[in-house]
Amino acid sequence: MSPLYEVEGLQLSLPDMTRKPLLGAAPRLEILKGLNFTVPKGAIFGIVGGSGSGKSTLGRAMVRLLEPTGGAIRFAGVDITHMRDDALRPLRRRFQMIFQDPMSSLNPRHRVATIIAEPMRLHGFDEVPARVARALDHVGLQQGFAARYPHELSGGQRQRVGIARAIALEPEFILADEIVSGLDVSSQAHVLNLLETLVRDLGLTLAFISHDLSVIRRLCSRVLVMQHGMIVEDRETAALFASPEAPYTRELLDAIPLPDPDQAWV
Amino acid sequence: MSFLSIRGLELRIRGGGRLLRAVSLDVAAGKVQGLVGESGAGKSMIGKAVLGILPQAVEVVRGEILLDGTDLMKLKPAERRRRFGATCALIPQDPLTALNPSRWIGPQITDRLVDILHWPRDRAEARALQLLEEVHISDGPRVLRCYPHELSGGMRQRILIASAFAAEPKLIIADEPTTALDVTVQKQILKLIAALQSRHGTALLFVTHDLGVVSKVCQSLTVLYSGMVVEDTDVRAFFRAPAHAYSQALLAATPKYTDPLSSLMPVQDAVIAAVRAEVDAADAKVDR
Repeated sequence: MSPLYEVEGLQLSLPDMTRKPLLGAAPRLEILKGLNFTVPKGAIFGIVGGSGSGKSTLGRAMVRLLEPTGGAIRFAGVDITHMRDDALRPLRRRFQMIFQDPMSSLNPRHRVATIIAEPMRLHGFDEVPARVARALDHVGLQQGFAARYPHELSGGQRQRVGIARAIALEPEFILADEIVSGLDVSSQAHVLNLLETLVRDLGLTLAFISHDLSVIRRLCSRVLVMQHGMIVEDRETAALFASPEAPYTRELLDAIPLPDPDQAWV
Repeated sequence: MSFLSIRGLELRIRGGGRLLRAVSLDVAAGKVQGLVGESGAGKSMIGKAVLGILPQAVEVVRGEILLDGTDLMKLKPAERRRRFGATCALIPQDPLTALNPSRWIGPQITDRLVDILHWPRDRAEARALQLLEEVHISDGPRVLRCYPHELSGGMRQRILIASAFAAEPKLIIADEPTTALDVTVQKQILKLIAALQSRHGTALLFVTHDLGVVSKVCQSLTVLYSGMVVEDTDVRAFFRAPAHAYSQALLAATPKYTDPLSSLMPVQDAVIAAVRAEVDAADAKVDR
């Protein structure tokens, strides 16, 4: 079976505005330095790294919120690396994103129903209200939530709305960028279990960006470890945790505080 | 003898529901006390009550906050500020919003020393430089003349830690000081807080929702649910066998990479229902 995503020699640089001279162009900052990997269909694929490692930039390039400066990204066999916006639009329905901060990614002036319905209207779906109801059902929110505003919801509920909005479009791929790092452990467990169920029931492929290896361990079948815009390790999760090869992976593992006062740590 | 002692503190939204339910909590001199609970449990409200920065809409119904034997609630605001500024400090959660974006780092560390402790400015600046060194910032003179946006999240959090220790406080309240940071930086920052705490013998109230972090830095902990203390115990005893069903559920929800299958159990509805019933029973007793 061919992979859903094929990424070859992916490079991305952004202008470094902090060093921009008064006149003239800002110097370019290399964020992604030639990445190669594939994402198989149906996988839950983890991307892990410290702040500034380029994991979010990679995610944004995969769903083409950013345009790569080199290399190639193929989605379901189609080269989307430099595709123009109008050509991308029908494809966008097929790869969706869930954002880290649900408060700033949900329009505060819209009700939950409108928030979930808007992308479906843009993509010309029919029977939108019925689909909204179904999406809410999928993420375990009662129908009454449709009439609420984002500020009336808890963090976990808001993140569920973000998930509902993404799955309502019946995508093949979802990118989840640090979606549980703002939640406490209990809501975190709920949201992760929900994601796992959705991936299984809807046949989704999921890329899960996180800095928390404990969460990755629980959820993902494969992990890509990033440092300074490069891939330092790309392996099956079980193998990676059994014997991490890159020193940086070891460092990340050792930094996790396990709930055990006897673990040598500080 | 505890340096901070909270006795039966009850907070309420004016004309609304209870936020804290007869909370008692002690922080011994030179010890680290953890305070854990889900979002909305009232963890931060305790810190705010101690610091005297409760939102307008929240009122203290009853209870005492004893700082070194003196009840803070009975002091006039000015007296409270004077006493507090000299002996207590806060390490806030978000290092970006806690610093004034339009001022240099330097004065933000030294202001308190100059304004409340009446140190001469040059002595305060020397102290700031020394503190930056203690938190492993080597180019202190440059950093003192930086704006917050010029520094990374980890650097900013170190600056807030340096600033908290500046006046050699006897009590520090750390409100989720590492939640915004990634694991490797979190480890550095926690090591730093632990080292400074033991070197200066500070009493530390450590507010967090991460039981992993608690097991590393605290000696005892208080578990809060819906403004009620459900467990108050020694850290070793807690992680060996949490007594309350809610604590057990909270521990089970904490991810452990060494044990992926047993971790991340969401807190079951039955456990929530049971602890809610306890809360309601306690409320009924108070209302009667």
